[in-house]
Amino acid sequence: MSYPDNMLENIKKIESTRARIVEEAKKGDNFPRLSLEDGEKLLRKYHPDYKDGTKRELKVGKSKGELVPNEFADVIEAYPGIEPGEIDLEQVDYDVDVLVIGAGGAGSAAALTAQEAGAKVLVATKLRHGDANTMMAEGGIQAADKEEDSPTRHFLDALGGGHFSNDHDLLAAMVHDAPAVIEWLEDLGVMFDKDPDGTMRTLHGGGTSRKRMHSAGDMTGAEIMRTLRDEVRNREDIKVVEYEPAVSLIKDETGGCAGAVLQNMETGKFSVVRAKTVIIATGGFGRLHIQGFPTTNHYGATADGLVLGYRAGCSFSFMDASQFHPTGVIFPEQNVGLLITEKVRGAGSQLVNADGEQFVYPLEPRDIESSAIIRECFERKKGIETQTGRIGVWLDSPMIDVLEGEGTVQKEFPAKYRQFMRHGIDISKQPMLIFPTLHYQNGGLKISDDTSTEVPNLYVAGEVSGGIHGRNRLMGNSLLDVTVFGRRAGTAAARKAKEVKVGTLTLRHLTAYAKELESVGIKTERISPMILPDYVGKVG
Amino acid sequence: MAEKTAEKKVETKTVKIYIMGKEYEVPSSLTIMKALEYSGYKYIRGCGCRGGVCGACATVYRLQGSYKLNVGLACQTVIEPDMYLAQIPFYPANRAEHVLENMSPAVEEILKRYPEIARCLCCNTCKKSCPQELEAMEYIQAALRGDLKKAAELSFECIMCGLCVSRCPAEIQHYNVAILCRRLYAKYMMPKAEHLKTRVKDIEEGKFDKELSEYVKMDDKQLIGEYDKRDIEAV
Ligand SMILES: Cc1cc2nc3c(=O)[nH]c(=O)nc-3n(C[C@H](O)[C@H](O)[C@H](O)COP(=O)(O)OP(=O)(O)OC[C@H]3O[C@@H](n4cnc5c(N)ncnc54)[C@H](O)[C@@H]3O)c2cc1C
Ligand code: FES
Repeated sequence: MSYPDNMLENIKKIESTRARIVEEAKKGDNFPRLSLEDGEKLLRKYHPDYKDGTKRELKVGKSKGELVPNEFADVIEAYPGIEPGEIDLEQVDYDVDVLVIGAGGAGSAAALTAQEAGAKVLVATKLRHGDANTMMAEGGIQAADKEEDSPTRHFLDALGGGHFSNDHDLLAAMVHDAPAVIEWLEDLGVMFDKDPDGTMRTLHGGGTSRKRMHSAGDMTGAEIMRTLRDEVRNREDIKVVEYEPAVSLIKDETGGCAGAVLQNMETGKFSVVRAKTVIIATGGFGRLHIQGFPTTNHYGATADGLVLGYRAGCSFSFMDASQFHPTGVIFPEQNVGLLITEKVRGAGSQLVNADGEQFVYPLEPRDIESSAIIRECFERKKGIETQTGRIGVWLDSPMIDVLEGEGTVQKEFPAKYRQFMRHGIDISKQPMLIFPTLHYQNGGLKISDDTSTEVPNLYVAGEVSGGIHGRNRLMGNSLLDVTVFGRRAGTAAARKAKEVKVGTLTLRHLTAYAKELESVGIKTERISPMILPDYVGKVG
Repeated sequence: MAEKTAEKKVETKTVKIYIMGKEYEVPSSLTIMKALEYSGYKYIRGCGCRGGVCGACATVYRLQGSYKLNVGLACQTVIEPDMYLAQIPFYPANRAEHVLENMSPAVEEILKRYPEIARCLCCNTCKKSCPQELEAMEYIQAALRGDLKKAAELSFECIMCGLCVSRCPAEIQHYNVAILCRRLYAKYMMPKAEHLKTRVKDIEEGKFDKELSEYVKMDDKQLIGEYDKRDIEAV
């Protein structure tokens, strides 16, 4: 299988403008960037976040009254699946210093630093260790470690990307720790792309003013994830239990967090974890399919940690802002929603419409880039339609080989090349058809710069937290965020664990939450956390 | 948007596949993973990223009438008519402990932990059973020779799905050997980034603290001014 005839026909048009566009780009004669003001206008008109009827105000909890996507409100305004009486909290199955919930990048980094700080650590995760969004990150990780760059520049770039809504303290913490985190990863044996003399090979990402995107092929996240996982497995004081997601936090009579209830996904059995401190690192919510969008996220990205933390008394920041990645696959149909990393644009390919013409600067911040694509397809009607009625524009990857020499695409993007070759499409010679896809949860649970929350003894790190990126994250700042704040969480939670005395375990907060739902008249069969999306009998 | 317009379905052709021997009829364009779900299975194991990078969904299959045993990732492989398939969500493999700090990138270190690599028969079954089409035998041979650079580079795209391990007659645990080679290579043999060391030192010495705290305190108007002043490094 390759492209059908009508698309092949259209690709001829794309080929006819390619050389000219590459020449122009070389001369710096690119499609211009939008001004802040014009970008803002575009967002309001075309970004899915601004679409009427897609959000509602939360009726319960600390963030009552805040607007969030309907699909997210559905899991927040849902009943806990467990009855407090059902679980004997005196029967403690695991007794540890620090419990880490979720073994992606943030959770693994947290486990490592907590262990280094002397804590006995349990990591409970939903699928296998590393079945996580971190594993999927392709493009890279930002850090201002070159001479012409600086942490403050990094700060400014991220702030502009987030439309100046980012929490300044959190952002400063992230850019400050960034180079040290890269050094830590380098020392753990992450195979970063380097020049022969050891200089990191860095590229631009959307919204960056300096080339600070570090990478490991187009498997940056996988390389980081498998290295962290491997290191966790080296440490005796870290125990990892897989296929045992947390279904609720446990508190003690002081109101502090004191553990969690886990449930074995295969046997249904509950276990009780008593912990002096708890770190939530459960990642994002892509599998809620906000507004019905396909998603790039892994199977377990179902917002569980947000539900757990909110019921325990945390509040949200920026949960109304979802990130749609501009370049999601829409052909072949089997791969719909999968990501094509921004690095493909960083390396020189441009977006072109059905006429083979550019319509947007290729490296605008993601929300702006996505809005421009939506406008091109639905207002200007310059998109290309697939057999199943999806509409998209071309990401012209062959431009990279024109620019950098034949073989570059295959060398720089081996995983993507292979993925398309399986369907008979050679992306070094043919462009890819794309449309925005649900990618990242910009917001999350509110944290301070040591990852502590409004609930004593509860820490939160990674995509499940909110504030660092404001309303829109730039590429490469999430792998960074999860390692920086994962490490901070581990250290802070281990330190705190030294002074905590756990009291009597209770699930009273669940009963109270259910009462609150009833009191505002929410009658529903919905239960949460969702744990896994349901694609049975459907085409997921 | 895309998802609405996608309701228009042109393709209704179906094919028969056999999931662990049991017959199901499913739309012909689906991946193995989507075909299982379409047929009524809900994954617990055997599904992770759904994007071809986590290695959770290793699958073996035969086509009717052919002796050949095929491998694939359920999330990436499109079904074929009369496919007999089973996923292998878990396959035991031992992992030797390795504290990198106490090691050197020497062949002895690998052999001490994974002596079975010396049993490699050079049959190339591992390569043939790799859904990533990696030169698995070559990287094991490279490890055996102590050529960690080659072992690391050839195995870089390994997603640790375990199919090679399941098929190896010499009982080698390829992916665990591979990650050890990569970590040793990256830690001890790739040159360190000097600019990184310098920057980390500067940060530790507080060189950027003042500037950064000034930015933290600025109001939006000042920050927008600073943002607009940025020069952009050329592509
Ligand atoms: C396709 C893709 C490409 C990306 N590319 C980039 C990139 O190039 N650069 C970049 O910076 N960022 C990128 N990102 C974003 C980035 O990878 C993620 O935001 C980040 O890795 C999230 O890390 P995390 O540790 O917070 O969550 P995850 O890595 O998702 O880990 C969360 C873990 O928690 C587990 N879990 C969930 N619920 C429970 C529960 N109830 N109990 C126990 N465990 C649970 C999950 O199964 C998972 O293992 C990309 C994301 C995707 C999806
Ligand atoms: S589900 Fe991750 S590789 Fe298939």
